[in-house]
Amino acid sequence: MIAFLLAQTIAITGGTVYPVSGPKIENATVLIRDGRIAAVGANVAVPAGATRIDASGKWVTPGLIDGAGQMGLREIEVVQGTNEYTQRGNDVAAGFNVLEGINPASTLIAVNRMEGVTTTLAVPGSLGVPPSAGLIWGQAALIDLDGATIETMQIKSPAAMVANLSESAKEAGGGSRAAVAQRLRRVLNDAREYATRRADYRRRQIQDLGASAADLEALQPVLRGAMPLIVMANRRSDIETALRIAKEYKLRLILAGAAEGWMIPDEIAAAGVPVLVEPMDNIPSFDALGIRYENAPLLAKGGVKVALMETTTENTRDLRQQAGNAVASGMTWEQALRAVTLTPAEILGVADRYGSLEAGKVANVVVWTGDPFDFATGIEHVFIRGRDIPLRSRQTELLERYKTLPPKY
Amino acid sequence: MRHLSTAFALLVFAAGAGCASAGARTTTAAAGAAGAAGAAPQQAAAPTPAASQDTAAGIGPQYPSTYQRHPNPPVLIRNATILTAAGQEIQRGSILFKDGRIVAVGTNVQAPSDATVVDGTGKWVTPGVIDTHSHIGVYAAPGTFAESDGNEATRPVTAEVWAEHSFWPQDPQIPLAIAGGVTTIQALPGSANLIGGRSAVLKLVPARSVQEMKFPGAHYGLKMACGENPKRVYGQRGGPSTRMGNMAGYREAFIAAQAYRRKWDKWNKDHQGDPPERNLRNESLAEVLRGNIYVQNHCYRADEMMQMLDLAHEFGFKIRSFHHAVEAYKIADVLAREGTAVSIWSDWWGFKEEAMDGIYENAALVQQAGGRVVIHSDDASGIQRLNQEAAKAMYHGRRAGIPITRDQAVRWFTANPAWVLGLDSLVGTLEPGKMADVVLWSADPLSVYARALQVYNDGWLVYDRNDPAHQPKTDFSLGQP
Repeated sequence: MIAFLLAQTIAITGGTVYPVSGPKIENATVLIRDGRIAAVGANVAVPAGATRIDASGKWVTPGLIDGAGQMGLREIEVVQGTNEYTQRGNDVAAGFNVLEGINPASTLIAVNRMEGVTTTLAVPGSLGVPPSAGLIWGQAALIDLDGATIETMQIKSPAAMVANLSESAKEAGGGSRAAVAQRLRRVLNDAREYATRRADYRRRQIQDLGASAADLEALQPVLRGAMPLIVMANRRSDIETALRIAKEYKLRLILAGAAEGWMIPDEIAAAGVPVLVEPMDNIPSFDALGIRYENAPLLAKGGVKVALMETTTENTRDLRQQAGNAVASGMTWEQALRAVTLTPAEILGVADRYGSLEAGKVANVVVWTGDPFDFATGIEHVFIRGRDIPLRSRQTELLERYKTLPPKY
Repeated sequence: MRHLSTAFALLVFAAGAGCASAGARTTTAAAGAAGAAGAAPQQAAAPTPAASQDTAAGIGPQYPSTYQRHPNPPVLIRNATILTAAGQEIQRGSILFKDGRIVAVGTNVQAPSDATVVDGTGKWVTPGVIDTHSHIGVYAAPGTFAESDGNEATRPVTAEVWAEHSFWPQDPQIPLAIAGGVTTIQALPGSANLIGGRSAVLKLVPARSVQEMKFPGAHYGLKMACGENPKRVYGQRGGPSTRMGNMAGYREAFIAAQAYRRKWDKWNKDHQGDPPERNLRNESLAEVLRGNIYVQNHCYRADEMMQMLDLAHEFGFKIRSFHHAVEAYKIADVLAREGTAVSIWSDWWGFKEEAMDGIYENAALVQQAGGRVVIHSDDASGIQRLNQEAAKAMYHGRRAGIPITRDQAVRWFTANPAWVLGLDSLVGTLEPGKMADVVLWSADPLSVYARALQVYNDGWLVYDRNDPAHQPKTDFSLGQP
């Protein structure tokens, strides 16, 4: 029994630790016990029998959190049978929770976690290009990238409702942005009314409502402000529509995409609304002609809480590159690290357990050979909930097989 | 990657095609088109454009380049780290270029009195970035149907179409690519078709017409595509619907081209009677058979690349480069032996079944086997960061124990793509006599934090990160947010 407990204690010693919640600590120890961080600091006593990981000369950070991906929901983009992220035929799919569609055996998981991403928000719909159509895509689940079952991967489900006010939502409003906004208001109004008249609804003593009972029910935590509403909006006017509606209904809004957000950082900051952005995006479309590299840095400079996302799910690992490019475009390095760790944890309501290296938090920890954003940096260890993840994937197996030719069949 | 999805939505997956040519090195000939060479001193390495671009055998000049070098004062960049892509990494080095040509590179270079002197202290210099696989201009932003001009997806063999006839020089993606250090691109038709048409090899400079951008003397590429895309596009439209159908389609096309070529070769020799009737499709394919047009072949899987090499053997052409080639590492030895380059991504994988086996070490393994590696984009976003993609591939290779040098990694986006386009005697390295396509970087270009500070194309300062007067906007972007 004692041996078993000791086996659960891991001490990462001698590294430069970036707790994110505080300044970096040189030559520090991160002590992990039973999947949680037990202590972080320069003067942490290492218990006898703990497994020691020498991180001298290495950098130690929290595991990276992708603010909005589709890990487990998307295996091969063009093979429809492997995609689980949409409920088709429902423009207001508020009742659709992606969780049971997640495939814990997805080959994408091992490929991406071994590059330092330990946690992702699995979102319904598509925030990438092309974005999904529809107004409300459903409920997102926050997962750790380890576990044989959905139950073990799950951190929080639902973690957020996800909706769309970008160009791709227009059909849900009959072809006009104005009608999309009006439809969203009607759905929210109907959800409010539904909540006070459930009995009438069951007896059909109520006018037709703008969504099914399941969808209206699912919107209740959003209306109470208990669940954040992620809204994809890129054009400045769409961002402002989202801010307006959030104010009217007192919603906990998170903007996603927000390509033209750099034009109005003050407005977004004043509303206390955080954003999920993809810093390497700068290709103009009519949805966002003002899209530019400097979006994330300008938002951060303007006081907006910025978290990053990588919407190309199979390369969620490029979250590191997104962060590095945000720095190259003017974000501070510290802001960028926070944008892929503590900030997403905060905006998704799990900062009490995730996002920084502090005693009591879940032990998602990465040991890097250097700066996590630098291409020269390799990964020494990835801990998810205290488990030292094997740095193996389908891709490393292919490498082993073909490293010398002819291959080892 | 995001625009890959756009291509899917259009059922027109973007992709490149390789070229085949008889000779490995660029042929030299009199400058056929406008004077890129200008008054440049003809030094030993000095390039003269190959002649093949604007003619087909027996046919006169067609759609000639009207490219003109922009007049500029000489430029000396001093005290920078210079990566020549020709084997040298020069600390505290200087580079002088004048009249569009590199005059000198080294640690002791004197500037003429009329030179603009740029302080390169702490900065890095490389050759201009070259992308062998771009759809900029043919799939232009803002990305509506109006700009969807990359796939003539009406029949599976369209060797008769030329990408330059779709290319829109006001594509707002062009300045973005320039800001990423890109000086030359091959704009390709998409990969809907077995044979998609001719590529356009272009100097990436602001221009009113594509003719003003056409790289004088460049070899056209012929875009060919394997695998899933043609099957998907034509499976319900008369075929091909299988990979064997794909192969039959290429073979039929080249059999017709062989007959066409014989007819024209005979007539060109004896001029007996009327010339044979022209056929644009066969004209392009016959030029492949003659080695004047390079095959640029979109092909993901190792087994399919082997099939395509057999096809090339059957008809006696060379595949200049496979494109995408996510499984190149499985046949790296064969590719090296065949002298076929690979134009690849560092890490794209998994978005379709034929892309499932992509690995980070692809580039390094092909390099190690003696193959020629090119990091390409196939993407209007990725083209802006080809240096970063090369860095990812280099460092992952190193971590797998494959010692890729910085010079090799820089060649992946400079000298090697120049070879794929048949321009290696003109561009791709920083050597005296080469065209002055030069990028000044804020830091080591293989760092994520590096940005192009200045981009010179043929000596012309086409981009300066710190000077709005040198940040060209296309017409489309004027008056926009």
